[in-house]
Amino acid sequence: MSNAVKDVGKLQITTPSDREIAMIRAFDAPRVMVFEAFTKPELIKRWLGVFGKWKFEVCEVDLRVGGKYRYVWSGPDGAKLAMGGVYREIKRPERIVATEQFDDAWYEGNAVDTTVFVEKGGKTTVTTTVLYDSKEIRDNVLKSPMESGVAKSYDKLDEVLASMPAGAAK
Amino acid sequence: MQPHGYGLRPGRQLDATFAALADPTRRAILARLAAGEASVAELAKPFAMSQPAISKHLKVLERAGLVSRGRDAQRRPRRLEAKPLAEATIWLERYREYWEENYQRLDALLEEMKANQKKGSRTKRKGETR
Repeated sequence: MSNAVKDVGKLQITTPSDREIAMIRAFDAPRVMVFEAFTKPELIKRWLGVFGKWKFEVCEVDLRVGGKYRYVWSGPDGAKLAMGGVYREIKRPERIVATEQFDDAWYEGNAVDTTVFVEKGGKTTVTTTVLYDSKEIRDNVLKSPMESGVAKSYDKLDEVLASMPAGAAK
Repeated sequence: MQPHGYGLRPGRQLDATFAALADPTRRAILARLAAGEASVAELAKPFAMSQPAISKHLKVLERAGLVSRGRDAQRRPRRLEAKPLAEATIWLERYREYWEENYQRLDALLEEMKANQKKGSRTKRKGETR
Protein backbone atom coordinates (compact mmCIF):
# COMPACT_ATOMS: atom_id res chain seq x y z
CA MET A 1 0.00 0.00 0.00
CA SER A 2 2.58 2.54 1.09
CA ASN A 3 4.52 1.75 -2.03
CA ALA A 4 1.62 2.74 -4.18
CA VAL A 5 1.20 5.95 -2.24
CA LYS A 6 4.78 6.85 -3.03
CA ASP A 7 4.14 6.22 -6.68
CA VAL A 8 1.41 8.71 -7.39
CA GLY A 9 0.53 8.44 -11.03
CA LYS A 10 1.85 4.93 -11.46
CA LEU A 11 -0.64 2.27 -12.43
CA GLN A 12 -0.13 -1.25 -11.16
CA ILE A 13 -2.02 -4.21 -12.59
CA THR A 14 -1.95 -7.53 -10.78
CA THR A 15 -3.89 -10.77 -10.39
CA PRO A 16 -4.54 -11.37 -6.68
CA SER A 17 -6.25 -14.70 -7.35
CA ASP A 18 -7.08 -16.78 -10.40
CA ARG A 19 -10.49 -15.16 -10.77
CA GLU A 20 -9.41 -11.58 -10.24
CA ILE A 21 -7.71 -8.63 -11.85
CA ALA A 22 -6.66 -5.72 -9.68
CA MET A 23 -5.58 -2.21 -10.54
CA ILE A 24 -3.84 0.00 -8.06
CA ARG A 25 -3.30 3.72 -8.52
CA ALA A 26 -2.49 6.55 -6.13
CA PHE A 27 -3.96 10.03 -6.47
CA ASP A 28 -2.75 13.27 -4.98
CA ALA A 29 -6.06 14.15 -3.32
CA PRO A 30 -7.97 13.33 -0.14
CA ARG A 31 -10.12 10.25 -0.09
CA VAL A 32 -13.45 12.05 0.17
CA MET A 33 -12.68 13.85 -3.07
CA VAL A 34 -11.57 10.75 -4.95
CA PHE A 35 -14.64 8.90 -3.75
CA GLU A 36 -16.82 11.70 -5.12
CA ALA A 37 -15.06 11.56 -8.47
CA PHE A 38 -15.88 7.86 -8.65
CA THR A 39 -19.53 8.15 -7.67
CA LYS A 40 -21.01 11.48 -8.84
CA PRO A 41 -22.25 11.41 -12.42
CA GLU A 42 -21.19 14.99 -13.20
CA LEU A 43 -17.67 14.07 -12.10
CA ILE A 44 -17.56 10.56 -13.59
CA LYS A 45 -18.48 12.08 -16.94
CA ARG A 46 -15.33 14.14 -16.87
CA TRP A 47 -12.86 11.27 -16.81
CA LEU A 48 -14.20 7.76 -17.31
CA GLY A 49 -13.88 6.43 -20.84
CA VAL A 50 -14.23 9.81 -22.53
CA PHE A 51 -11.44 9.97 -25.00
CA GLY A 52 -11.21 10.82 -28.61
CA LYS A 53 -14.73 10.94 -29.92
CA TRP A 54 -16.15 8.82 -27.12
CA LYS A 55 -18.68 10.67 -24.97
CA PHE A 56 -21.10 9.82 -22.23
CA GLU A 57 -24.65 9.45 -23.38
CA VAL A 58 -26.05 8.09 -20.14
CA CYS A 59 -24.39 8.31 -16.74
CA GLU A 60 -26.73 7.38 -13.93
CA VAL A 61 -25.80 6.45 -10.40
CA ASP A 62 -28.14 5.44 -7.61
CA LEU A 63 -25.60 5.15 -4.86
CA ARG A 64 -27.22 2.91 -2.29
CA VAL A 65 -27.22 -0.79 -1.63
CA GLY A 66 -29.45 -2.38 -4.25
CA GLY A 67 -29.30 0.80 -6.34
CA LYS A 68 -28.25 0.66 -9.98
CA TYR A 69 -25.70 2.45 -12.09
CA ARG A 70 -25.73 2.70 -15.83
CA TYR A 71 -23.14 4.04 -18.24
CA VAL A 72 -23.61 4.39 -21.98
CA TRP A 73 -20.94 5.87 -24.21
CA SER A 74 -21.23 6.77 -27.84
CA GLY A 75 -18.26 6.81 -30.15
CA PRO A 76 -17.34 7.46 -33.75
CA ASP A 77 -19.54 6.04 -36.54
CA GLY A 78 -22.46 5.34 -34.25
CA ALA A 79 -20.47 2.99 -32.04
CA LYS A 80 -21.96 2.41 -28.62
CA LEU A 81 -20.83 0.82 -25.40
CA ALA A 82 -23.22 0.20 -22.55
CA MET A 83 -22.76 -1.31 -19.13
CA GLY A 84 -24.20 -1.22 -15.67
CA GLY A 85 -24.74 -3.03 -12.45
CA VAL A 86 -26.07 -3.01 -8.93
CA TYR A 87 -24.41 -1.69 -5.79
CA ARG A 88 -23.95 -4.40 -3.21
CA GLU A 89 -21.99 -2.56 -0.58
CA ILE A 90 -21.25 1.10 0.06
CA LYS A 91 -19.03 2.36 2.82
CA ARG A 92 -18.48 6.02 2.15
CA PRO A 93 -15.74 7.04 1.44
CA GLU A 94 -13.88 3.76 1.83
CA ARG A 95 -15.35 1.01 -0.23
CA ILE A 96 -17.79 0.22 -3.01
CA VAL A 97 -18.83 -3.22 -4.20
CA ALA A 98 -20.91 -3.44 -7.36
CA THR A 99 -21.74 -5.93 -10.06
CA GLU A 100 -20.62 -5.18 -13.61
CA GLN A 101 -22.24 -6.29 -16.82
CA PHE A 102 -21.92 -5.14 -20.40
CA ASP A 103 -25.00 -5.04 -22.64
CA ASP A 104 -23.02 -6.52 -25.43
CA ALA A 105 -21.15 -8.93 -23.24
CA TRP A 106 -17.67 -9.50 -24.54
CA TYR A 107 -17.06 -11.87 -21.68
CA GLU A 108 -19.57 -14.36 -20.35
CA GLY A 109 -21.26 -14.15 -17.00
CA ASN A 110 -20.92 -11.53 -14.35
CA ALA A 111 -18.19 -9.69 -12.66
CA VAL A 112 -18.08 -8.00 -9.28
CA ASP A 113 -16.00 -4.85 -8.80
CA THR A 114 -14.63 -3.93 -5.41
CA THR A 115 -13.13 -0.47 -5.14
CA VAL A 116 -11.23 0.42 -2.00
CA PHE A 117 -10.01 3.94 -1.15
CA VAL A 118 -7.16 4.29 1.33
CA GLU A 119 -5.87 7.70 2.38
CA LYS A 120 -2.41 8.36 3.70
CA GLY A 121 -0.72 11.72 4.01
CA GLY A 122 -3.33 13.46 1.89
CA LYS A 123 -2.90 10.96 -0.97
CA THR A 124 -5.40 8.28 -1.83
CA THR A 125 -4.67 4.84 -3.16
CA VAL A 126 -7.51 3.30 -5.12
CA THR A 127 -7.55 -0.45 -5.61
CA THR A 128 -10.14 -1.79 -8.02
CA THR A 129 -10.51 -5.54 -8.03
CA VAL A 130 -12.66 -7.26 -10.61
CA LEU A 131 -13.81 -10.74 -9.64
CA TYR A 132 -15.05 -12.86 -12.55
CA ASP A 133 -17.36 -15.86 -12.37
CA SER A 134 -14.59 -18.22 -13.30
CA LYS A 135 -10.92 -18.38 -13.99
CA GLU A 136 -11.70 -19.05 -17.66
CA ILE A 137 -13.52 -15.76 -17.98
CA ARG A 138 -10.81 -13.87 -16.18
CA ASP A 139 -8.27 -15.43 -18.49
CA ASN A 140 -10.37 -14.55 -21.47
CA VAL A 141 -10.32 -10.96 -20.37
CA LEU A 142 -6.62 -10.93 -19.79
CA LYS A 143 -5.67 -13.87 -21.93
CA SER A 144 -3.39 -14.73 -19.03
CA PRO A 145 -0.74 -12.12 -19.64
CA MET A 146 -0.60 -11.13 -15.99
CA GLU A 147 -0.81 -14.65 -14.66
CA SER A 148 1.93 -15.85 -16.91
CA GLY A 149 4.22 -13.20 -15.63
CA VAL A 150 4.18 -11.15 -18.77
CA ALA A 151 3.10 -8.07 -16.86
CA LYS A 152 6.13 -8.41 -14.65
CA SER A 153 8.36 -8.77 -17.64
CA TYR A 154 6.62 -5.98 -19.44
CA ASP A 155 9.62 -3.70 -19.17
CA LYS A 156 11.81 -6.46 -20.51
CA LEU A 157 9.50 -6.93 -23.44
CA ASP A 158 9.76 -3.22 -24.08
CA GLU A 159 13.50 -3.60 -24.24
CA VAL A 160 13.18 -6.42 -26.74
CA LEU A 161 10.89 -4.38 -28.90
CA ALA A 162 12.99 -1.28 -28.60
CA SER A 163 16.03 -3.13 -29.82
CA MET A 164 14.23 -4.42 -32.88
CA PRO A 165 15.14 -2.85 -36.18
CA ALA A 166 12.67 -0.18 -37.18
CA GLY A 167 9.80 -1.54 -39.21
CA ALA A 168 10.51 -5.14 -38.20
CA ALA A 169 7.08 -5.48 -36.68
CA LYS A 170 5.25 -4.77 -39.91
CA MET B 1 -14.89 -1.43 -16.73
CA GLN B 2 -13.40 -2.04 -20.08
CA PRO B 3 -11.83 0.08 -22.74
CA HIS B 4 -13.64 0.70 -25.95
CA GLY B 5 -12.24 -1.32 -28.74
CA TYR B 6 -10.06 -3.32 -26.45
CA GLY B 7 -12.90 -5.72 -25.90
CA LEU B 8 -11.94 -7.66 -28.96
CA ARG B 9 -10.79 -10.98 -27.73
CA PRO B 10 -7.21 -11.77 -28.28
CA GLY B 11 -6.92 -14.75 -30.59
CA ARG B 12 -5.10 -18.04 -30.52
CA GLN B 13 -1.88 -16.50 -31.64
CA LEU B 14 -1.86 -14.24 -28.63
CA ASP B 15 -2.41 -17.20 -26.33
CA ALA B 16 0.61 -18.96 -27.75
CA THR B 17 2.66 -15.80 -27.53
CA PHE B 18 1.84 -15.20 -23.89
CA ALA B 19 2.48 -18.82 -22.96
CA ALA B 20 5.83 -18.69 -24.68
CA LEU B 21 6.73 -15.46 -22.92
CA ALA B 22 5.89 -16.85 -19.49
CA ASP B 23 9.39 -18.23 -19.06
CA PRO B 24 12.38 -16.01 -18.18
CA THR B 25 14.85 -18.09 -20.23
CA ARG B 26 12.65 -17.73 -23.29
CA ARG B 27 12.40 -14.00 -22.78
CA ALA B 28 16.17 -13.84 -22.50
CA ILE B 29 16.50 -15.84 -25.71
CA LEU B 30 14.22 -13.37 -27.46
CA ALA B 31 16.20 -10.45 -26.12
CA ARG B 32 19.38 -12.04 -27.45
CA LEU B 33 17.79 -12.71 -30.85
CA ALA B 34 16.64 -9.12 -31.04
CA ALA B 35 20.33 -8.26 -31.40
CA GLY B 36 20.65 -10.58 -34.40
CA GLU B 37 20.33 -14.24 -35.37
CA ALA B 38 22.25 -16.88 -33.44
CA SER B 39 22.87 -20.64 -33.46
CA VAL B 40 21.69 -22.94 -30.67
CA ALA B 41 25.26 -23.18 -29.36
CA GLU B 42 25.58 -19.40 -29.30
CA LEU B 43 22.26 -19.08 -27.55
CA ALA B 44 23.15 -21.69 -24.93
CA LYS B 45 26.42 -19.99 -23.99
CA PRO B 46 25.18 -17.27 -21.61
CA PHE B 47 22.85 -19.69 -19.83
CA ALA B 48 23.85 -22.36 -17.36
CA MET B 49 21.90 -24.77 -19.50
CA SER B 50 22.58 -27.61 -21.88
CA GLN B 51 21.97 -27.24 -25.60
CA PRO B 52 19.07 -29.73 -25.51
CA ALA B 53 17.42 -27.66 -22.78
CA ILE B 54 17.81 -24.54 -24.89
CA SER B 55 16.48 -26.43 -27.91
CA LYS B 56 13.36 -27.26 -25.93
CA HIS B 57 12.75 -23.59 -25.21
CA LEU B 58 13.42 -22.77 -28.84
CA LYS B 59 10.81 -25.29 -29.89
CA VAL B 60 8.19 -23.54 -27.77
CA LEU B 61 9.18 -20.21 -29.26
CA GLU B 62 9.08 -21.63 -32.78
CA ARG B 63 5.66 -23.15 -32.24
CA ALA B 64 4.42 -19.77 -31.06
CA GLY B 65 5.83 -18.26 -34.23
CA LEU B 66 8.21 -16.03 -32.32
CA VAL B 67 11.35 -17.60 -33.67
CA SER B 68 12.22 -19.02 -37.10
CA ARG B 69 15.22 -20.74 -38.64
CA GLY B 70 17.65 -19.01 -40.93
CA ARG B 71 18.85 -20.37 -44.24
CA ASP B 72 22.36 -21.50 -43.30
CA ALA B 73 22.00 -25.32 -43.12
CA GLN B 74 25.17 -25.78 -41.08
CA ARG B 75 24.58 -23.33 -38.25
CA ARG B 76 20.80 -23.35 -38.47
CA PRO B 77 20.65 -19.90 -36.94
CA ARG B 78 17.48 -18.87 -35.16
CA ARG B 79 15.98 -15.48 -35.61
CA LEU B 80 13.32 -13.36 -34.08
CA GLU B 81 9.90 -13.02 -35.69
CA ALA B 82 8.81 -9.62 -34.56
CA LYS B 83 5.18 -9.53 -35.58
CA PRO B 84 3.46 -11.72 -32.96
CA LEU B 85 5.51 -10.12 -30.24
CA ALA B 86 4.45 -6.69 -31.36
CA GLU B 87 0.81 -7.76 -31.45
CA ALA B 88 0.95 -9.12 -27.91
CA THR B 89 2.50 -5.95 -26.65
CA ILE B 90 -0.01 -3.77 -28.41
CA TRP B 91 -2.85 -5.67 -26.78
CA LEU B 92 -1.42 -5.39 -23.29
CA GLU B 93 -0.57 -1.79 -23.90
CA ARG B 94 -4.14 -0.98 -24.81
CA TYR B 95 -5.45 -2.23 -21.50
CA ARG B 96 -2.85 -0.25 -19.61
CA GLU B 97 -3.16 2.83 -21.76
CA TYR B 98 -6.91 2.88 -21.39
CA TRP B 99 -6.66 3.06 -17.63
CA GLU B 100 -3.67 5.33 -17.59
CA GLU B 101 -5.54 7.82 -19.72
CA ASN B 102 -8.64 7.60 -17.56
CA TYR B 103 -6.66 8.15 -14.41
CA GLN B 104 -4.73 11.04 -15.87
CA ARG B 105 -8.00 12.76 -16.63
CA LEU B 106 -9.03 12.01 -13.07
CA ASP B 107 -5.79 13.57 -11.80
CA ALA B 108 -6.66 16.76 -13.64
CA LEU B 109 -10.20 16.71 -12.31
CA LEU B 110 -8.99 16.23 -8.73
CA GLU B 111 -6.60 19.18 -9.10
CA GLU B 112 -9.51 21.27 -10.22
CA MET B 113 -11.63 20.07 -7.29
CA LYS B 114 -8.83 20.88 -4.85
CA ALA B 115 -8.46 24.37 -6.30
CA ASN B 116 -12.21 24.95 -6.11
CA GLN B 117 -12.32 23.80 -2.53
CA LYS B 118 -9.57 26.22 -1.57
CA LYS B 119 -11.36 29.06 -3.29
CA GLY B 120 -14.60 28.03 -1.65
CA SER B 121 -13.20 27.94 1.86
CA ARG B 122 -11.60 31.35 1.34
CA THR B 123 -14.69 33.08 0.02
CA LYS B 124 -17.22 31.68 2.41
CA ARG B 125 -15.32 31.58 5.63
CA LYS B 126 -18.42 32.17 7.69
CA GLY B 127 -20.55 29.40 6.30
CA GLU B 128 -19.85 25.69 6.43
CA THR B 129 -17.96 24.35 3.49
CA ARG B 130 -19.56 21.19 2.37
